[in-house]
Amino acid sequence: MSEHKTVHRLYVFKRYERFWHWSQAALIVFMMLTGFEISGAYGNFGFGRAVEYHTLAAWALLVLWAFTIFWQFTTGEWRQYIPTLKKVDAMARYYAWGIFRGAPHPYHKTALKKHNPLQRLAYLALLAVVSPVIWISGLFYLFYAWWGEYGIDRWLELEWVATAHTAGAFMMLVFFIVHVYLTTTGHTVFAHIKAMITGWEDGEPEGDPARSEY
Amino acid sequence: METVIGRAAACALGIALWAGGSALAATADHGKFKELQGPFASGEEVTRACLSCHTEAARQVMATRHWTWEYENPADGSKLGKKTMLNGFCIGDKSNEAFCQSCHVGYGWQDDGFDFSAEEKVDCLACHNTGGYRKLSGLAGHPAYERMEWPPRSGKFVEATDLARVAQHVGPTSRETCGTCHYYGGGGDGVKHGDLDSSLNTATRELDVHMAKDGLNFACSDCHRAEEHRVSGSRIAMTAADPHGPLVRGEKSERNPATCQSCHGDKPHKESLLAAGRLNAHTDTLACQACHIPSFARGGVPTKMGWDWSTAGKLTEAGKPFQKKDEHGHVIYDSKKGDFVLGENVVPEYLWFNGKVTWTTADTPIDPSAEVAINAYHGGPDDPDARIWPVKIFHGKQPYDVEHRTLLVPHTATPDDTAFWYNFDWPKALAAGAAATGQPYSGSFDFAATRMIWPITHMVAPKEQAVACRECHSRDGRLAGIEGIYLPGRDGLPWLRVAGWLAAAAALAGVLIHGALRILTHYRGK
Repeated sequence: MSEHKTVHRLYVFKRYERFWHWSQAALIVFMMLTGFEISGAYGNFGFGRAVEYHTLAAWALLVLWAFTIFWQFTTGEWRQYIPTLKKVDAMARYYAWGIFRGAPHPYHKTALKKHNPLQRLAYLALLAVVSPVIWISGLFYLFYAWWGEYGIDRWLELEWVATAHTAGAFMMLVFFIVHVYLTTTGHTVFAHIKAMITGWEDGEPEGDPARSEY
Repeated sequence: METVIGRAAACALGIALWAGGSALAATADHGKFKELQGPFASGEEVTRACLSCHTEAARQVMATRHWTWEYENPADGSKLGKKTMLNGFCIGDKSNEAFCQSCHVGYGWQDDGFDFSAEEKVDCLACHNTGGYRKLSGLAGHPAYERMEWPPRSGKFVEATDLARVAQHVGPTSRETCGTCHYYGGGGDGVKHGDLDSSLNTATRELDVHMAKDGLNFACSDCHRAEEHRVSGSRIAMTAADPHGPLVRGEKSERNPATCQSCHGDKPHKESLLAAGRLNAHTDTLACQACHIPSFARGGVPTKMGWDWSTAGKLTEAGKPFQKKDEHGHVIYDSKKGDFVLGENVVPEYLWFNGKVTWTTADTPIDPSAEVAINAYHGGPDDPDARIWPVKIFHGKQPYDVEHRTLLVPHTATPDDTAFWYNFDWPKALAAGAAATGQPYSGSFDFAATRMIWPITHMVAPKEQAVACRECHSRDGRLAGIEGIYLPGRDGLPWLRVAGWLAAAAALAGVLIHGALRILTHYRGK
């Protein structure tokens, strides 16, 4: 890379967004650790402690989401999650083929469109499927003690709730694995992670012939 | 300066109240009563003196199980009570009355000729002595009235009871008086119950948070409140669930006052955002005892978990009975009784229980090819009165009539020429026992495996030693065998688990392969 070439620096992730992302990441990892212990997969904190920590993390995440929803709407950032099918095929082809050939990334990230179409679909699935499954089942699970008082025990079984919650947890785990891997698919292995930490994404060098298309 | 004086005054007042409180526990000093100056030649004479003031006491006692040893089982109407019930320990009372009735609140019950209507036969001192009084087995409920060799032919001697002294020092019942019988059921300390033994007399907080000598120091009667001498609580018809708040002092109630909930209520745990009512919700499913009695026989006294009568009767070469002891000095074989399995700090077993118990009695047909249930606890997950209870499960082996298929009561304990403990002759002992119970006996006997359930409800540990969540919320935990509930940490659909981990593994494999291909193609491209 010659020194004449300038590097596109793009401020992608704002401070609150980064704070939200990393605290949410920490909470979700922690909730997977405690949650899988509660489900009996392994032992670490001990069941009672795991339940307490899991509950605490759930409340923390709810508070975080309250702020985040506020932030999304006041900043208009929520639009970043509007799904699109445009270029989904190009993205899929890129991950399946182009990425191995050193082909350029088919999506040009901008501050206004920071998520590629596959990301948008993935986050939509997370928001529309995984989250509701986890949160609805989780809150029923959490407030099991009040089922009798509200007659919920007449139509709901703890087993169904636990099953839904566990299923949601596995979906989250799969998302987590793929999500972490895809952070390495930037123009350098750590480019995306660096952007999520500093807020700044280094674009690919200027003059890249493929770039101008987008 | 003023605070020092204030503190001193407060201390003095405290001491005065404390000293006064203990001295004024009763308004009468029985030592000053002329009726109790004695001398008394027999227990009956003492009772007459008691009744001269406590005019209704004997009639009250006579209306209770402590006197009749009879009990009609509300579960099935069967006639039970110590008089006729069977167990896997000393087996049965009949033909052994003079021995066993040392735990009867009366004097002289040694056979069917006992007069249950004679008020002076009621033994007030058994429950109300404060020391110096002991009803000796073999004397049909009497204490020693003169110096005597006891046990018979043992070479040991017991001094005469000072009845006047005992009568002048009567008091409320205590752990010691109740324990004289309830600790020693089955022929020794802690043998039967597992959660009741003499260690409770000097209980530490760890052993029993209510009875702790240096703590609340409860007497049995603090929970087992009595009315007109009727003591609350029963192991035949139990209160398995008591889903109500605490009873207010003085409140009129039909509830059993001996339940945990009668004081603590059914929502006893402190709530918080993190707990979200979770512990209190457990009371719909679990008996308090399930978590708060982590193990029984915790006080250093072992309980009998098993008793094999079939090996009884071995003698030394000289023809003498003998005992074998384990490394702690506890008897594990006795020629009179057979082999024992002892247990200390025993983790209870757990089962659904609605308070109803049915019993195998001397006339119940049995199937000796399987373990015979001497008692059966009823209840299941869909029963609103049932909770998961901790129990001691005792395994016995005891004689039965091969032809009639009934359990037999051997004559064992009173010295004569048929008693097993003095002759080691099963045919004679069983014939004499059957004659006393009135059941038919074919003369042909063998030994059947039996099983008996005991509720675990005493030896309540301090809350910090309650059973930890994970001990049940795990795959192989304490409640591994409990059906009908979804238990987080234990349960979960196996196929969901398999599918979930497969999906995660597939995702991981996918990204690893993808990454490996990227690395490979990257270097190949160079």
